[in-house]
Amino acid sequence: MSDTPHIQNRHRPVTTETPAFRAALILVVVLFLALLLFAPLVAVFAEALSKGTVEAVKSLANPEAASAIKLTLIVAAVAVPLNAIFGIAAAWFITKYDFRGKALLITLIDLPFSVSPVVAGLCLVLTFGANTAVGGWLVAQGYPIVFALPSIILASMFVTFPFVARELIPVMIEQGRAEEEAALTLGASGWRIFFTVTLPNIRWALLYGVLLCNARAMGEFGAVAVVSGKIRGQTATMPITIEMLYNEYLSVAAFSLAAVLALLALLTLTLKTLLEWRFADQLAAAHRP
Amino acid sequence: MRPLINRSPLPGMALSAGITLTLLSLVVLLPIGALLLRGANAGLPTLWTEVNTPRIWGALYLSFRLSFIAALINLVFGVALAWVLVRYRFPGRRLLDAAVDLPFALPTAVAGIALTALYAPNGAFGSIARDLGFKIAYTQWGILIALIFVGLPFVTRTVQPVVEEIEREVEEASATLGATRAYTLRRVVLPMLTPAALTGFALSLARAVGEYGSVIFIAGNIPLKTEIAPLLIVIKLEEFNYTGATAIGIAMLLISFAMLLLINAIQVFSRRRIGYV
Repeated sequence: MSDTPHIQNRHRPVTTETPAFRAALILVVVLFLALLLFAPLVAVFAEALSKGTVEAVKSLANPEAASAIKLTLIVAAVAVPLNAIFGIAAAWFITKYDFRGKALLITLIDLPFSVSPVVAGLCLVLTFGANTAVGGWLVAQGYPIVFALPSIILASMFVTFPFVARELIPVMIEQGRAEEEAALTLGASGWRIFFTVTLPNIRWALLYGVLLCNARAMGEFGAVAVVSGKIRGQTATMPITIEMLYNEYLSVAAFSLAAVLALLALLTLTLKTLLEWRFADQLAAAHRP
Repeated sequence: MRPLINRSPLPGMALSAGITLTLLSLVVLLPIGALLLRGANAGLPTLWTEVNTPRIWGALYLSFRLSFIAALINLVFGVALAWVLVRYRFPGRRLLDAAVDLPFALPTAVAGIALTALYAPNGAFGSIARDLGFKIAYTQWGILIALIFVGLPFVTRTVQPVVEEIEREVEEASATLGATRAYTLRRVVLPMLTPAALTGFALSLARAVGEYGSVIFIAGNIPLKTEIAPLLIVIKLEEFNYTGATAIGIAMLLISFAMLLLINAIQVFSRRRIGYV
């Protein structure tokens, strides 16, 4: 290209690349995503249906798969609401009051994102395992934590801990405290302020956070693999059961269960995208500097 | 000195602080404290003896090296992808944009077995590679592909908002001053994207170092060749060697903290240099 812009193609704005360059770049990224993202997704369904739909559905109906689905639903049903309550409480505490150590608190809440899920599982084993003081006492009382439901819930909560809080904090910082303070001067109680003033402002951000939290909680593998003990029919969640079936060369059964989780992932992405299109201004992404 | 807490008329402070601190302690701080306490009880020399074996060094080096390469590849493609998604208009753009988050949404075990099915010697892509004399799954190439997969969204998602913010006037000014488009991209646009891209790179690296689910299926898990660090923790736990697991766990925790510091340093540095992140 020459140093004099005025002899360039007059119909092309100066702030874009040549059509050939654009086409090439689009082709490269589409190929990259096709090989790395779309191909595995297609592979899940292709492998699940490789012996026909009947086989795939039959493999989901067996007791092992059914109990895995049930366990995963129970874990999500406990872990997600608890993390949602935590997220709301933490966002309220952090955005409505001024106190020392706020930055440290936010860092600690974000900590689970930078800890390997396997290390998270290890931490739980070292805290509540049968050979620890706390864990040993709880086992003696008949409430084992590790290799039982509570540790699976705790592991799922650990890895999804920051999701809701992270989504709510920027939104609530942006909205400030004036509306709540106005409600207070009009005599509203704390709960009334929360339900009639704050919640309507943060509902879509809350839903967004809960959506992501749920997807991760249902699909968590590393942390749960360490603490679950992998007892068939008892502590094997869907991802753990997928691993067991896969290692036993029960390919159709493993991929059928994987296909269910892949459908959940697609549903999550669809809802997330709809929320982003419809309520972009009320989500955290719009409030980051 | 500033008071610990400023008085506020808004109710609910005790309740929200109570819930926040209780759950944070129970779910996150207590378990991480237990790991550190276990390490402190064992003592530094014991931890060092546990970690200082060729197999563990091999695994830590492998995890870190492959994660670094995967994050570099994600850095290049992530910036390109962010640029394409924001600046270009083409059919299927919105679908592509939504699909970038698939690695966040798809459970890692599902991604792991799907990638293995594709890249194993009898899989769709693996058979092509086999005919060319390559093996992908059950080698370090397989691990690399899994790590690229899990880290893929980070760079794109941190760079995308910055590309949206770039004012066209800056690029127009550059063009009127006689710069070619390539020169403008290199000297005007790229420097604006660098801090966000580096943050995305560090996030992608941190995620890849700790990744377990999507890697173990495709890795083959041969000691010293394709065995990643998180897998060694699982193996030590299965052998009831809690001290060994603790030693590797603390080593990985230190790596995580180092990367958190790195991310913060990048953000502080770029805030000083160009005023935003």
